[in-house]
Amino acid sequence: MGNNDVQVIAVCPEQRIPNAHITLRNQMRILVVEDDRDVAGFVVKGLREAGHTVEHVDNGRDGLFLAASETFDAIILDRMLPGGVDGVRLLETLRAQQITTSVLFLSALSGVDDRVRGLRAGGDDYLTKPFAFSELLARVEALSRRGRSEVPATKLAVADLEVDLLSRTVKRSGQKIDLQPREFRLLEFLARHAGQVVTRTMLLEGVWDYHFDPQTNVIDVHVSRLRQKVDKPFGSSLIHTVRNAGYMLRAE
Amino acid sequence: MTGVLWWSTGDLLNRQVEVAIITDAKGLSATWTNYGMPGLEQAIEDRLVGNIDDDSLYLLVDGNFRYITGNLPSWPAGFNQTGIFYDLSIARAGVPSTALIERFDLPGGYHLLIGRDIQTLTRVRNTIASSLVWGLLLVAVLGTVGGVLVRIVLARMLANVSVTARAIAAGDLSRRVKLSKRGDEFDELAATINDMLDRISRLMDGVLQVSNAIAHDLRTPITRARARLEDANREDASAESLRNAIDRATSDLDGAVAVFQALLRIAEIESGARRSAFATIDLVPVLTDLAELYEAVAEESGKKFKLSLPAPAGRPISTRSALTTYGDRDMIQQALANLLDNALKYSPTGASVELRAARDGTDVRIDVVDHGPGMSDADMKRATERFFRAEAARNSPGSGLGLALVQAVAVLHGRDLVLSHGNPGLIATLRLPRAAPVVTEDAKAHA
Repeated sequence: MGNNDVQVIAVCPEQRIPNAHITLRNQMRILVVEDDRDVAGFVVKGLREAGHTVEHVDNGRDGLFLAASETFDAIILDRMLPGGVDGVRLLETLRAQQITTSVLFLSALSGVDDRVRGLRAGGDDYLTKPFAFSELLARVEALSRRGRSEVPATKLAVADLEVDLLSRTVKRSGQKIDLQPREFRLLEFLARHAGQVVTRTMLLEGVWDYHFDPQTNVIDVHVSRLRQKVDKPFGSSLIHTVRNAGYMLRAE
Repeated sequence: MTGVLWWSTGDLLNRQVEVAIITDAKGLSATWTNYGMPGLEQAIEDRLVGNIDDDSLYLLVDGNFRYITGNLPSWPAGFNQTGIFYDLSIARAGVPSTALIERFDLPGGYHLLIGRDIQTLTRVRNTIASSLVWGLLLVAVLGTVGGVLVRIVLARMLANVSVTARAIAAGDLSRRVKLSKRGDEFDELAATINDMLDRISRLMDGVLQVSNAIAHDLRTPITRARARLEDANREDASAESLRNAIDRATSDLDGAVAVFQALLRIAEIESGARRSAFATIDLVPVLTDLAELYEAVAEESGKKFKLSLPAPAGRPISTRSALTTYGDRDMIQQALANLLDNALKYSPTGASVELRAARDGTDVRIDVVDHGPGMSDADMKRATERFFRAEAARNSPGSGLGLALVQAVAVLHGRDLVLSHGNPGLIATLRLPRAAPVVTEDAKAHA
């Protein structure tokens, strides 16, 4: 999964991240290719409520036409589609035309091999049905490439928190924080998606590279440990819990 | 085959005769050079006298083909080229015969004929031919008889198998092929077929059991969700309680989906399709990562966590490759996570959970040890069945699929999951095949 390089916010210390993330979250232009009317309606409504512009088509041929002729920030793509062009074929055709729009597969095919096939065809993420809308929204927003700098960032900053990716050190209010390697990667992942909701599954995949859901609340425990080091000594919280969804790193 | 044998034998004999003629000619030619015509005449006469087998032919004639000496009366007609062998039909004491002859021209206009009677050779060739033909006939007859006999025997032995196969095709899965107790190849085949039938019927039982269990276990959360939604709809509920009911119904449905997902995953593993994703894996980082993930969880709930890996032996190369297996990393991670989830779930506060791994013969042995209430022997036997939940665990969350998945992963890797008593607690032992370590760049640098 390419979560690690999905989005990089390059911020100079004097630039404030809160403004940056507001422009990031707003106004993605998203194409939904989904033949089930109820699912499509639910997804389109939810995305619009979250402030995005959404186009919807219910078959692969129209989907391919729109995706190739207009510009989108992300495409939500069903795998099994009517109209002779299925999701994987649609994506392969797009990629063959050098169209690199981020694609999230939304599919009832849940086998490990199905997932691998989807990602191999050029998909950026894969979510199986049934799904929670919060998970879908978080993953689509994580795909946003707006504001991503061409030069890989060496430093991530959120409010008074600074994450130095080269020296792998963390400072808050100029004060150094000692983190274990895994804690650093967890914070780095949150910082790369600052201002966006990050779900537990995204963290498991992106930080631990695990593709299953443990029964225990392992992620909550690790986030809570991170809070002990990053938030608690400084009085104000940067790592926020988003109800029914996951976590978000942002200035208050 | 027979033809080739016959032809090559004949050819070989012919060539021997030709060689004999040429050698003879060389000898006579030497005589002629040394002793002239009288010497040659003498030599031919000597040879004719000394020829006990009476198979040599000589004829020396002058420039006008007039007889000088030899045992042929006159020069044969049409015999006019040198360097080629001619077949000549002759009559010897009234018996017709064949000879191979060659012509040599001598200086002074003389001509010399040297030949060998090949009647004997022809006879040898005929004898070989007829014995070959008879042999062929004999083989054909024996082959046919043998074939018929073997077919009768085979048919008798296979009837046993085909009767069983027919019975099974007709739906009687309890039938097995009878063994003859002779311990021959047929018994081996029968035993293999019986093993296969055992496996098929175990799978069938499994499918039946699972579909019953699915019907039962999925009905529970769906019933709950349905009841909550209906209830919320009926009452004059506040927005708050309505939202609450919907949330809980959603999480019930999520539970049902998780059960589906786990079942599909187990089925996927059992189908063996995942073997295509097998690779050589160093288990040390896999175990270290899992330990790190779960250590925090253990600590949070006031439990202790311990990871024991085999001590790295001597050189730095072996530290990386101490535990290597050939398998599917995702599946192994998930299996171990399930075992650790269980161990932590059933451990009382203050107790410790241990994850330890060691090389054991051709296996890597991974133990997950807890000091919880453990399991009865009866429960232990059934613990890896899908949806099986020990009486004591009925009230804790879980689907009863965790150990079934671990077992499926173990079987996928050609090994098994063994549960044993920890006194107190439970030891879950997952075995994986040991593989030759991959030489990593690091190891190369060390070496």
